[in-house]
Amino acid sequence: MRNPLRSEAEAFRFLIAVIIGALVIFGAARIDTWLGVAAAVAAVAGIVWWLKDEPVPGAGEPLPKLTSATPPGIRRVLVVANETARGTALRDELERVRTPETELLVVAPALASPVQHWVSDVDGAREDAEERLNESVGLLRAAGFRVRGEIGDPDPLVAIEDALRTFGADEIVISTHPPGRSNWLEQDIVGKARQRLALPVTHVVVDLAAEQARA
Amino acid sequence: MAAAHAEHLEHHGPPTPHYSSRITPGVLGMFLFIASEIMLFGSFFTAYFFIRVVNGVQWPTPPYHLPVYVALLNTCILVTSSFTVHWALQSIKRGNVWGLRAGLLLTFLMGLTFLITQVIEYARIGFNTSDGAFPTIFFCLTGLHGAHVFVGLSILLFMTIRAFRGHFSAEHHHGVEIGGIYWHFVDVMWIVVYLTVYIL
Repeated sequence: MRNPLRSEAEAFRFLIAVIIGALVIFGAARIDTWLGVAAAVAAVAGIVWWLKDEPVPGAGEPLPKLTSATPPGIRRVLVVANETARGTALRDELERVRTPETELLVVAPALASPVQHWVSDVDGAREDAEERLNESVGLLRAAGFRVRGEIGDPDPLVAIEDALRTFGADEIVISTHPPGRSNWLEQDIVGKARQRLALPVTHVVVDLAAEQARA
Repeated sequence: MAAAHAEHLEHHGPPTPHYSSRITPGVLGMFLFIASEIMLFGSFFTAYFFIRVVNGVQWPTPPYHLPVYVALLNTCILVTSSFTVHWALQSIKRGNVWGLRAGLLLTFLMGLTFLITQVIEYARIGFNTSDGAFPTIFFCLTGLHGAHVFVGLSILLFMTIRAFRGHFSAEHHHGVEIGGIYWHFVDVMWIVVYLTVYIL
């Protein structure tokens, strides 16, 4: 059902529909109370039918895959990483795909729990993500990359789609913890991204514990 | 400095917050508002249903009578006020500030007339909540709606004052839109209450 109060125009149309139903009910009730009740039931059914969603042309067809346009001569890489943003394996992968005209956008989804997300208590998660993001962006800039960062939606797929709306990426790099430690791998974020996006998606596994042990 | 001052004058409210594209705060807020109102009115209508249908209480219970035609006049006033608030919004969308001001002022006055008429009827109706289930549910349903009208009048008053201060324009009139939506909602609820309590 569409929301009858989503705009003043919709609310006014809803009011007109209710007035027409009320006139029918009023007339029926003057004849007999039970006729009025029947008219009320019919009026409610009529209004509910009127509020049903109109079929959208193309609905039911597979959604077109998301893609994005890149300015000519520039290669853009969207990097999705949070806790693994400071990992050496990620930086090695970015060095591998680097060209003289590579631009990076590092998106760090704010890792909030479902309860935190629904009560909009994501400030702590955003602060943690920002701290990791700043460190990661600093390291990449020190390595000579043209890079900027932003905090993304707690859902990595939504964060990717949001970023692609303004950043014409040619490639996506998703960095996760190793299997068994990664919530994103549990949710098959990489597989879903490959299915949904018409862009090459590279998966990088960053084992921070192993990297720290080697250091 | 003048440019910065001009930019400051252009800006309305706090900076745009960062949120995902999944659902906007405005839509989520409206859903939560509608859900809470459905629960609130739904509980009172459920009580009405149990009193009148399940327990078979005669409606209205003798010797009491309901002022059906005064309430019908009041309904016409409230419905007309929805048209004037719609006219006010359409006016400001076309940049007609005086149409906005006239529409909002008329809407406020008609809403105030509705509320005052309701209060006068309460004083003259001849029964009160201690007289049984029928008077109780009557005052609860109409009183709950009256409280919503009071809130709507408060919103309309702020909108009218802001309209006369020149806060709204063809590009910026979100405050009028939101107030208009609420006023139409109050009108719809009154039609439902009127039909249920006075007519059926």
